[in-house]
Amino acid sequence: MKPILRRGITSHQIFWPLVGLALLLLFNFLFTKSFFLLEMKDGHLYGSLIDILNRASVLMLLTIGMTLVIASGGIDISVGSVMAIASSAIAVLLSGQMVDINGQQQFVSHIPLGYALLLTLGFSLLLGLWNGILVSYLGLQAIVATLILLVAGRGIAQLITSGNVITVYNERFFYIGGGFLFGLPVSIFVVGAVFLLTMIGIKKTPFGLFLETVGINRVAARFSGINVPLVTLICYSVSGLCAGLAGILMTSEVRSSDPNTMGLFIEMDAILAFAIAGNSMAGGKFSLGSSMVGALIIQTIRTTIYSRGVAPEIMLVVNAIIVIIICSLQSERVKTAMAKFS
Amino acid sequence: MKVQINSKYTSLVITIGIFAALVVIGSFSYDNFFGAQNLVNLLIDNSFLIIVALGETLVIISGGIDLSPGSIIAFVSMLAAYLLTTVHCNPILVMLIALAVGSAVGLMHGILITYFNVQPFIATLAGMFLTRGLSYVISTDTVSISNPLFVAISEYRIPFLFDSFLSAGVIVTLFMLLVFIYIAHYTRFGRAIYAIGSNEQSARLMGLPVNRTKVLVYVLSGFTSAVGGLVFSFYMLSGYGSHAIGLELDAIAGVVVGGTLMTGGVGFVVGTVFGVLIEGIIQTFINFQGNLNSWWTRIAIAVLLLIFIALQRVLVARRERMKSVKRVETIEHAASAD
Repeated sequence: MKPILRRGITSHQIFWPLVGLALLLLFNFLFTKSFFLLEMKDGHLYGSLIDILNRASVLMLLTIGMTLVIASGGIDISVGSVMAIASSAIAVLLSGQMVDINGQQQFVSHIPLGYALLLTLGFSLLLGLWNGILVSYLGLQAIVATLILLVAGRGIAQLITSGNVITVYNERFFYIGGGFLFGLPVSIFVVGAVFLLTMIGIKKTPFGLFLETVGINRVAARFSGINVPLVTLICYSVSGLCAGLAGILMTSEVRSSDPNTMGLFIEMDAILAFAIAGNSMAGGKFSLGSSMVGALIIQTIRTTIYSRGVAPEIMLVVNAIIVIIICSLQSERVKTAMAKFS
Repeated sequence: MKVQINSKYTSLVITIGIFAALVVIGSFSYDNFFGAQNLVNLLIDNSFLIIVALGETLVIISGGIDLSPGSIIAFVSMLAAYLLTTVHCNPILVMLIALAVGSAVGLMHGILITYFNVQPFIATLAGMFLTRGLSYVISTDTVSISNPLFVAISEYRIPFLFDSFLSAGVIVTLFMLLVFIYIAHYTRFGRAIYAIGSNEQSARLMGLPVNRTKVLVYVLSGFTSAVGGLVFSFYMLSGYGSHAIGLELDAIAGVVVGGTLMTGGVGFVVGTVFGVLIEGIIQTFINFQGNLNSWWTRIAIAVLLLIFIALQRVLVARRERMKSVKRVETIEHAASAD
C-alpha cells in the first residue's frame, strides 16, 4: 500500500518544483541572515518572503500567459516588447499638469486613471490578438509571428514616448505596484485575481480540455470538432493582456517608463519559469500552479543572489545552467538511462 | 516545370530587386547617396552582421534557429579584450581561442539539440544566457583593446574601385561568403542540410548522417559568430558585455528577408547578404533623412519581415497546391490508363 501512496505524491507535476523551491528556502534559512524575518511596519508586512512574492508578480503574470501559449503548441517571445508598449502607453496617458485644488498644488492627469488603465489593457489585448491572428489564421510559425512584434515593439514604444524616459506623477496609480492591502502588497492580489480567473477558465469550462487537445495534436483536435484557431487566438490574447498588465504593474512600481529597458529579456524568464515547472515545451498537458512555483523559484534564486552580495550578472549564467539541466532531464535519452539505473 | 523553377528563385529575385530599388530611390532622393564609398560603407558597417547571418542561414535551412550569435559576439569581444589587456596573450593565440570558444558553444547547442532532443530555440537560448552572463563575469565595464596587431588590423584600408577603400572586415566577409556558397551548394554536407530541413525523417531514411550534420551546422554557426565577434572587436576596438544586444534578431530578419524559409529546406546564402544589406540601407536612409529617429529602423525592418513572411506563406501554399493538383492528375492519368 505504501509505495503506491508515495508514488501518488511524487507523480503530481507540482511536487518536484515545490521540492526545488523548498530546497532554495532551506538554503536561505541556513545561510542567509534574517531571511524568514517578517516585520509589521505601519500595518504593512515586510520581509524577504513578501519581497519575493512582490517582485515575482510581474514574472508570474507573464508566466500565466506564456503557459497557455506554450500549452497550445506555440510560443510568445514578444511579451517583453508588449510590456514596454503598455508601459509607454500608460505613462503617456497619465501625463498631465499641476492644478491648484483648494490652495494646494496637485497633479491631475489629462485622462482619468480608470480610462487610462482600460485603454492600455485594450491596446495590449489588440497586440495579443495580432499575434494570435498571425499564428492561428495566417498559419505562421509562432516564433516567427511573435518575432515581428518583438522587433517592432520597442520601436513602437519609443514612438509613443518620443524616445524619452517618461516619469509618472499620478499618485493614485502608484497604489497598484507599491500600495498595500490588508498588510500585503497590492500586486500580489492582482496576480492572485488573474491566476484565479485563468484557473476558473481552464478548470471550470471546457476551454482547458480544448487547449490540451490542441497542444497534443492540432489535426486530431480539428477532426474532433474543436475550433483550433479560436482556442489558439484566445491563448495569445490572454498572453498579450497579461503582458500589458505586467507592464502597468512594473511602471507603477518604478514610477517611470523606459522603452529601452522595460521588460528586456523577460520573455526568456517567463519561458524558463514554464520549463522549470516540468511542463512540456512541446505543448499539451500543463499545470498552471506549477508554472507559478517556477516563477517563484526564479525570483527566489534572484533574491538569494542579491542578498548574498553576488554580482547580479551571474544570474544569466545560473539561468543558462538551469535551462540546460532541466531540458536534458526531460529528454528521452536521459529518462531511459535513469530508468535503467533505478 | 517552368513555373516551379521560377518559384524557387522568386523571393531571391524580389530581395535583390528591393535592394536595387532602394539604392535607386536613395540616389534620386539624396545627394551623395550614390557613391562608391557609400555603398562600400554599407558592407563595412554590416560586415559582422553578414558573417553571423551566413551561419544563421544554414541553421535555419536545416530547420533550426540560433539565438546566441549576439551574445557570442559580446563574449568574444570581452574575452579578446581581457586576454589582451590583463593576461597579455599573443594576439594570434587570442583569435584562435576565440574561434575555439565560439565553436565549443555551437557544439554544446548541437549536442543538446541532436542527442537530448532539446528544442533549438531553448538550447540556443541557454547558450545566449551563458555567453552573455560569462562576459559580465569577466567584467561589467567596457575594456578597450590597444594591442598593436588588433589596432593595425582595425586601421588597415585596402584601396578599391573609384577611390573607395575596404576594411579588413569586408575581406573576411567576402571570403566567408565564398566559403559558405561552396558549402551550401557544392558539398554533400550542404545538400544534407537542405534535405534535413525539408524533411528530417526522410533524410534519416535516405541514410543521410542527420545527427552529425545537425551538430556540425550549429558548430559552424558558433564558429561564424566567433568570426563575427573578432570582426566586431576590430570594428569597435573594445570588449563589453552589452555589445550586440539583439543582433541575432537582425541576423534572423536578414535571413528571412533574404528569402530563406523559416520552416527550413529552402534558402540561398546570397539572398541573406542582400537581406542584411537591405536592413543596412534602411538605416542609411534614416541617417540621410536626418529628422527621423533610429527606432523607425526597427519598425521598418519589422514591416519588411511581415511582408516577406506573408510572401513565403503564399509561395509555399501555391507550391503545395500545385503538388496536390499534380498528384490528382497522375492518379487520374493512372485511372484512365487502366
